[in-house]
Amino acid sequence: MDRSLIPLIFGMAAVTYLPRLAPFLFFSNARIPGRLDAFLKCIPVAAIGALIIPGAFTATPDLPWAGVAGMGFTLVYGLFKGGIIVPVLGAVAVAWLVLSSV
Amino acid sequence: MQHSDTRDALKAGIPIFIGYFPAAVAFGVLARTTGTTFGEAMLFSIVVFAGASQFIALNLLATGMGPVGIILTTLLVNFRHFLMSAYLSTRICEKAVKYYLPMAFGVTDETFSVMSFTRKILTRQFVMLLELTAYTGWVSGTLAGFVLGRFMPAILTQSMGVALYALLLAILMPELKTSLRSLVLALASGLFNWFLVTVDVLPKGWSIIVCILLVASAGAFLNPDFIKKDNTHG
Repeated sequence: MDRSLIPLIFGMAAVTYLPRLAPFLFFSNARIPGRLDAFLKCIPVAAIGALIIPGAFTATPDLPWAGVAGMGFTLVYGLFKGGIIVPVLGAVAVAWLVLSSV
Repeated sequence: MQHSDTRDALKAGIPIFIGYFPAAVAFGVLARTTGTTFGEAMLFSIVVFAGASQFIALNLLATGMGPVGIILTTLLVNFRHFLMSAYLSTRICEKAVKYYLPMAFGVTDETFSVMSFTRKILTRQFVMLLELTAYTGWVSGTLAGFVLGRFMPAILTQSMGVALYALLLAILMPELKTSLRSLVLALASGLFNWFLVTVDVLPKGWSIIVCILLVASAGAFLNPDFIKKDNTHG
């Protein structure tokens, strides 16, 4: 093979790691003012919302309905029960059922 | 105390393992089919440890993009972790800098999501064991995917694509059920991201960053006391 991916992989590792590390070095001992603190506290919900939509609609590229049905299972199960393992495995099973029944 | 940290970390980490394993299997399968060697595929998961950008890198390699373009794309796609680490750095109770190095390496969408909705104090034992469990799922899944890939039916590989999204939704559900404000913020962020992805004016990965910045700003501006009751560091 004429190309080695090794330099690329380490370059990707560096630009992935540094943004993960920098806030720990610069933030963690600082006093955080109230507004910024409120901003930081909103990050989890805002981040997860944007991570799920619209990505979940393209989780099964050949048949988006399969992925949507899987997510539907997670949503309904989460409304009435809780936990994480059953919703995750169930979503995969539902997507698989839909994909294999078409 | 240490004992309960271990138990809690495994309890929170095993669902991430279960979510990561199939996604990493899919990465291993895809890596094989795009002509990546076994060593390269493993190295990807061992040193980069970032799902979305690893998939994107394979796609970009297939389109013939050079390493500089791929590294820049990776930076954009993973810059959202800067915001997540910024949040976590205020929550994790640890003063020794040497522990930041491994703890920061393990910050991913899913470990961040679990930690941000963990009510108790985040000790380094909890954080590192949680992240290690997730990492193990990612690396071992890549191995399994590459090795067993040719025997796996495509339909199963594709079904596994939903696992990570289901994991994120399952983590978020308890918060959405108890807080109308969180439900509104999460929906607003998701719909706004959908809009940005549809109009397609931002480079890949930036729409999520813009959503986090704008929606979290709006949340902070509208209500400075947001989740004040959970303030564990101030």
